[in-house]
Amino acid sequence: MTDPHHGAAAPADPAEGGSAASGVSRRSLLGFGGAGLAALAAGFAGGLGTGRATAAPAAPAPASDVVPFHGTHQAGIATRAQDRLHFATFDLTTTSRDDLVDLLQRWTVAAERMTRGLPAGELGPVSGPYEAPPDDTGEAQELSAANLTITFGFGPSLFDDRFGLADRRPALLEDLPHFPGDMLEDARTGGDLAVQACADDPQVAVHAIRNLARIAFGTAQVRWSQLGYGRTSRTSQAQATPRNLFGFKDGTANILAEDAAALDEHVWVAGADDPDAAWLAGGSYLVARRIRMNIETWDRGSLHEQETIIGRTKGSGAPLSGGKEGTEPDFARQGNGGQPLIDPASHVAMAHPDANGGVRMLRRGYNYTDGSDGLGRLDAGLFFLAFVRNPATHYVPMQNALAKNDLLSEYLRHTGSGLWAVPPGTRDGGWVGQALFDS
Amino acid sequence: MPRKTLTLPRALTRSLPLAALAAAALATAACTPNDPAAAAGDDASAGGPATVTVSSTADACTLSAAEAPSGNVVFKVTNDGDDVTEFYLLAEDGLRIVSEVENIGPGLSRDLVLTAKPGSYQTACKPGMVGDGIRAPFTVTDSGADVAPTGAIADQIAAATTSYVAYVKDQTEQLLAGTQEFVAAYKAGDDATARDLYAPTRAHWERIEPVAESFGDLDPRTDLREADLEADQEWTGWHLLEKDLWQPQPDANGGVAYTPLTDAQRTQYADQLLADTQELSDRVHADDFPATIDAAAIGNGAKGLLDEVATGKVTGEEEIWSHTDLWDFQANVDGARVAFEDLRDVVTAKDSALADQLDTRFGALQTLLDGYKQGDGFVSYTDLSEAQVKELAAAVDALSEPLSKLTSAVVL
Repeated sequence: MTDPHHGAAAPADPAEGGSAASGVSRRSLLGFGGAGLAALAAGFAGGLGTGRATAAPAAPAPASDVVPFHGTHQAGIATRAQDRLHFATFDLTTTSRDDLVDLLQRWTVAAERMTRGLPAGELGPVSGPYEAPPDDTGEAQELSAANLTITFGFGPSLFDDRFGLADRRPALLEDLPHFPGDMLEDARTGGDLAVQACADDPQVAVHAIRNLARIAFGTAQVRWSQLGYGRTSRTSQAQATPRNLFGFKDGTANILAEDAAALDEHVWVAGADDPDAAWLAGGSYLVARRIRMNIETWDRGSLHEQETIIGRTKGSGAPLSGGKEGTEPDFARQGNGGQPLIDPASHVAMAHPDANGGVRMLRRGYNYTDGSDGLGRLDAGLFFLAFVRNPATHYVPMQNALAKNDLLSEYLRHTGSGLWAVPPGTRDGGWVGQALFDS
Repeated sequence: MPRKTLTLPRALTRSLPLAALAAAALATAACTPNDPAAAAGDDASAGGPATVTVSSTADACTLSAAEAPSGNVVFKVTNDGDDVTEFYLLAEDGLRIVSEVENIGPGLSRDLVLTAKPGSYQTACKPGMVGDGIRAPFTVTDSGADVAPTGAIADQIAAATTSYVAYVKDQTEQLLAGTQEFVAAYKAGDDATARDLYAPTRAHWERIEPVAESFGDLDPRTDLREADLEADQEWTGWHLLEKDLWQPQPDANGGVAYTPLTDAQRTQYADQLLADTQELSDRVHADDFPATIDAAAIGNGAKGLLDEVATGKVTGEEEIWSHTDLWDFQANVDGARVAFEDLRDVVTAKDSALADQLDTRFGALQTLLDGYKQGDGFVSYTDLSEAQVKELAAAVDALSEPLSKLTSAVVL
C-alpha cells in the first residue's frame, strides 16, 4: 500500500503525540526501536544512505480488505460488520496515569499497524535479536488484514480516583442497572477498558487481542474475553440479514452505515450532549451483553410457538402481519378472533422503536458457542453488542421491558454485561482517548 | 516440576551492546524529504530499523548497502549457498568480533540485530564455517542517534557468571544439608518435623531450578509430580514423600484410599532422594560446571523461573498435597532476582530502562508476596481467594514480560 505520508516531511512534533509533560513515554512498543508514535506520524524510522531499507518482510495488505484505523469516528462501529469477533476487557493493574497514557499510545500504534495487515511491532514475528522474544506473536503471518477493526472503550470504573479522571466521567457512564432475570457472572462483567476486534478471519481477530494483551502486561490484565462468529446484524445495505442461533433472521431494522442521519441521531455523541465530557463528542456508548440461549428447550418448541415468540416467520423473516423481510410490521393488524397477528409480547413488538419512544440502536452482535456445560448442553447464544448515543434512553428502558415481558426472555439468560464510553476516532499521530487526558 | 529443557547454543558474550533503546531519539524517526526510504510504495512505510540484506553463497557475500546510519541496524542474512554459513560484523581491525550470527542452514535467513556506533567495520560471510570468510568494508555513518557507551561489558559478564556459579553452589550445599535433616526425620517416623522441614528445604532447589533441570536424569527422579508420571513409571522424589506426609482423603485420591508407604519404602525413597541430591551437589561443584554457565544461561534461567511460577506455582499445582506453593513461588522469584542482580551492571549499561522496569516489577511482586508471609514461611495456597490468585498472576505476568528480554539485552 502507499504510505500516505511519503515525501512529506513530518518531524516528530511533540504536539503530535503529546509531550513529555503530558506523560508520553518514549519506551518503544515492545522494547525495540523507540519509534513509537513518531512512526505513526512519520511513517518510517531511519533509512539507508545507499540502497533500500525495508521493514519486516510482511507486505501491507491490499487496500481492498483494509479498514482505515484513523477517522472522525473509531472504526468497527459504522463499519460493515465482519464475520468474526474477539472481544476483551481489561482492568488496569497500575494506578499511574502516565502508565495508562503510555498503554493507550502503544495500543494505538500496534492497532493501527495490525489493521493494515502489519505485525504489531516493527521487527515482526521472525526478526529481531535471535535471543529475544519477537515483537509480534506470528500467527497472522501470510494472512491479510481481513478488514480488521479494533475499537476501544472506557468503562465507568476507569473514572474513579486512580487516574484523576473522576471529573471527566460522562454523566451517562455508569454501571447498567440490574435487569429482571439477570444472572451476571462477575468474571464476565465490567472492565476498565474494552477492546472489540472484528475481522473476517478469526485468527486475525485473536491475533489482535493477543498482541494487545501482551503489550498491556504490567499495566493492565485481561478481565474477560469472548469469541464470536457469524455476525448477527446487518450494518450495511450490501449485507443480507444473518441468523441468530434460534434460527431466525436478526437485525432486520438495524441502523445501517449508509444512514448518516440515523447515526447522528442515535449513535454518535454530540458535543452538546454532555458539556462536562466534551472529550466524548464524536464517540458513542457500547453496550455488551452475553446472552446465553436455552438452545435445547427452544428447539423443542413448535414452529408455531417459535414464530409467535419472535413475531416473524422463521423462513423469510417477514413480520407475521405479512409482506417480506423488509416490510414494516403492522402491529394493529388483526387475525382470527380479533387477536393481533403479531403478539404484543413478541420480540419484534417489544423491541420495535414504536414501543421504545422511537429510539434505535446500531446492533453489532455475534453468535457465540463456548463448548458445552457439564450437563451436556451447549453454552451458546448471542454476544449482544450495541452502539448508542445515550444508554439511559436507548438501551435501559428497552431492556427492562424486554426482560419483564418479552416472550423470548424465557429462553434467555444474561450472563455477562458491560457499558463503555467509546471515544471518537483518531487522526494520524494521535492516540485513542487523547482528548480525555488533555487538560 | 520437571520440563524438557531446551539447550540453546552458547550465546555470544562478546559483542557491541544494544543501546538503551528507550532513549532512542524520536527525531531519528522522522522522514526527511530526500530520504530514499520514503519512496512511494516502499515497504519502509511500515516503520522499522535500517535493514541491510546479505546474501551468502559459496563464493560471494553480497550486501544491499555498504553503509548504514548509526543506531538500530538489522542485517538480514540469507544463505543462498549449499553449506552452512555464518555472518560477522568485525571491528575495523578485522579481528574483534562486534557481533555474529551462526548456524544458518542452506536456504534459511537469520537476522543480526545490533545498535551500531558510527565508525568503520568489516563484514564477513563464512560459508562452510571455516577460514577468514568473504570480507568487505562497511561504514556506519553518524545519524545522531543516541548509542550508549559500552563500558567493560566483558568484565561485567565474567563477574556475573562467577557470582552466579557461587550462588548455585551455595544453594546446593544448603539443599544437601536440609535434605539430610529432612530424610533423617522422615525415616525416623517424625512426620511433624519432616513436614516443617519440607518447604524450607525445597526452597533451595526451587531457587536454582533451571540448573537442576539441566541435569535431565536427576530432575525427574527428584521433582516429578504424580500428575507428570507416565503409566507404570515409578514415582520417586520429593512429591512422593510430600503425599505420604500430607495423606489425602479418598475423594482427593481418585476415589481410592491412600496407602501409606511402608517403613521399608520410606527408607528406600528417602535414601534415594538424598543420594540424588548429593549427586546434584557433586555435579555443580565439578571443575567443568562453571563453563556451562554464561550470560545467556543466567538470563534464560531467570525467565524460566518465572515461567515455573506462572504455570505451576500461581495455580497451586506444584504442591498439591502440602499446599506450600507460596514457598516455591518465593524461591523461584529469589532465584530470578539473584540472576538479574548478577547481570545488573550489564543490563544497566545496555538497556537501563529495562533494568529500572525489572527493579520496579520485582519490587511489586515481592510486596504482594510479603502480604502472605506467616511466621518463617507463608500461608497455605488454599487460603488464597480467587481474586488474590488473580492479583498474583498479574504481577507475575508484569514481571515475566520484561524478564523475557533479559537474555537478549545482555548477550547482544
